[in-house]
Amino acid sequence: MIKGNFIDNLPKVYGIYTGGFLAFIIIMSIAEQMGMTAKTIGICFVAFTVAIYAIIGYLSRTAQADAYYVAGRQVPTVFNGMATAADWMSGASFVAMAGGIYFKGYGYMALLVGWTGGYVLVASLLAPYLRKFGCYTVPDFIGTRYGGNLSRFMAVVVLTVASFTYVTAQINATGTIASVALDIPFQYAVYVGLVSILLCSMLGGMRGVTWTQVAQYIVLIIAYLLPVFWISNKMGAGFFPHFMLADEVSRIAELEAQFGFVKNSAENLKEVPKGLAGITKAHSAVNATPWAFISLALAMMMGTASLPHVMMRYFTTPSVKAARKSVGWSLFFIFLLYSSAPMLATLSKLSLIDPALPTGIIGKSITEVQAIDWYQNWNQANLMFVSDFNGNGTLELNEFFMGGKAVVLATPEIAGLPYVISGLVAAGGMAAAMSTADGLILAIANAISHDVYYKIIDPKAETAKRLVVARVLLVVIGFAGATIAALEIQGILGSVIWAFDFAMSGLFFPLVLGVWWKRANKEGAIAGMFLGLVSGAAYLVWVRTGGSGFLGITQLTFGIFGSAVSLVAMVVVSLMTSAPNAATQKMVDEVRIPSGKSILGKQH
Amino acid sequence: MSKQEQHWEKSRGLLFMTLAIWFVFSIGIFLFGAEMNEVTGPFGYPLTYWFTCQGSLGAFVILIFWFANRQEKIDEEFGFSERGDD
Repeated sequence: MIKGNFIDNLPKVYGIYTGGFLAFIIIMSIAEQMGMTAKTIGICFVAFTVAIYAIIGYLSRTAQADAYYVAGRQVPTVFNGMATAADWMSGASFVAMAGGIYFKGYGYMALLVGWTGGYVLVASLLAPYLRKFGCYTVPDFIGTRYGGNLSRFMAVVVLTVASFTYVTAQINATGTIASVALDIPFQYAVYVGLVSILLCSMLGGMRGVTWTQVAQYIVLIIAYLLPVFWISNKMGAGFFPHFMLADEVSRIAELEAQFGFVKNSAENLKEVPKGLAGITKAHSAVNATPWAFISLALAMMMGTASLPHVMMRYFTTPSVKAARKSVGWSLFFIFLLYSSAPMLATLSKLSLIDPALPTGIIGKSITEVQAIDWYQNWNQANLMFVSDFNGNGTLELNEFFMGGKAVVLATPEIAGLPYVISGLVAAGGMAAAMSTADGLILAIANAISHDVYYKIIDPKAETAKRLVVARVLLVVIGFAGATIAALEIQGILGSVIWAFDFAMSGLFFPLVLGVWWKRANKEGAIAGMFLGLVSGAAYLVWVRTGGSGFLGITQLTFGIFGSAVSLVAMVVVSLMTSAPNAATQKMVDEVRIPSGKSILGKQH
Repeated sequence: MSKQEQHWEKSRGLLFMTLAIWFVFSIGIFLFGAEMNEVTGPFGYPLTYWFTCQGSLGAFVILIFWFANRQEKIDEEFGFSERGDD
């Protein structure tokens, strides 16, 4: 079924799949009319979509190394774009981003620019060249270009630190959604999430992950866009929100001026449950210094170009040319969601704070708000809170608090959409978190199985044995991630941003200079990776333990410091030691032209 | 200069041009964010706000496709493009 000319039939296969999913949504909404409970609908949505992914994962099973590591290098441009978009947009993008924009406005939107602009760097500096190289993993490139086991091993270390930081956040997100949708305790839900994740990747490796990610993209984009359009139409804000919310944006600015941003006393804030926040920053006005905005965007852009789970998606295209185009398609599919997030934040904010709208709660009496159904639901879920700080009996802007996730999860309910939409959003969030977790776990397991086990420990291992090792590692890393996620150490968004900073600290310059600077050598690369990662991590620890930081570099942008150290170390050490040998120089020349054989063979 | 060197020189030229455009949309605009936000941008949004929501993001999409096409032309010009279709 999935063999033969499956690739030629892709548009048809996924067309039928999309139609089937839409039919499922319609069936669920009919069932809701007929009295199916909200809880059952939630379970159906999550169970149905996860079951589909598991089937795709099973059908994609393989025993070949190149299918397991790089999906046989035959994923067409557009589909690889969709898979990358799902790989990229994590639980944080889906659930937390609109919330961040809701609370922090313009300053936070640096993440939108950073998480898209990075793809320009991917397309122009790296992806086509790494595709020509023909590697299975990112450390595979570092190890072959610079030579030596130490450089390969350092790359695996950086990759593991960055990806592991990222993946615990994703497993956390799948656990959160599974625990809400299936109504089970978070500690167990995390493992339910993990099993779902492993079902996609275990048997088919990269091939399984590719075809499930395409399916997950379709679910998540429908789940994100449908509510945005629906709410916008229902509010009468315009049938195409992206082009028509200018009046709403200026209305928010007007209301902000009217209410003012009253600062709450520390004592009052103690009452507010942990993790909830109020609106304290202007929505569309420039509320951050240029450097605060640019440094965050820059860190995210360079981090994008260094994260292995994204880079390895471009190893799966049939050609160098296709890899370049595929980056464009990836960003297009990401753009569809990212350009909608600020619209959702705008609609959500206006519907809550505008006293002229029936859904507006600011200016109403506190007791009236506390009696609203959806307020009670989300208050119980610890995602909403009101308190009469000034004792005047009326809800003010500074007396209303919400969790970041609530913007995406609760807005459909606040706007009065049927519950089927909330079920759909849960399935979308699950898809977003699962697809990213899959990509990351696979990136780590592949790097350890291919680069550490096969290339360093046992170069004579047979394919079957290598793939067993790869699968065992997949499970071990998944469980390690889930165990740490169950401890709930940090929030989802914070750890995602850290992952970018770690990746750029250690890998950005060794990767870029590997292609663009022939003189870069092994000693330089090792120094760059080691000192970059260590100095970045040290800066983070310093700032977290009360250090003041410098040049406005915060704990969210420590990668700027780390990568600067990495660049200097790499250039200085490279120039102090001897130039790479003629064979390496010739290899770099070969990488720079698309035609001809790849550097590493088809099976290596 | 060999064919390969010429090819690389042109590719590098394209890279710098791409990075210059990228710089404008990712960094340049936001250096003057406060000033530019006074201006009304497309669809009536404040200009800098519009760039962070849609403008820069869309520009990146177009830029990557433009870059890919230009690079393909350079590869063809020097006979380094791959055989076969994608």
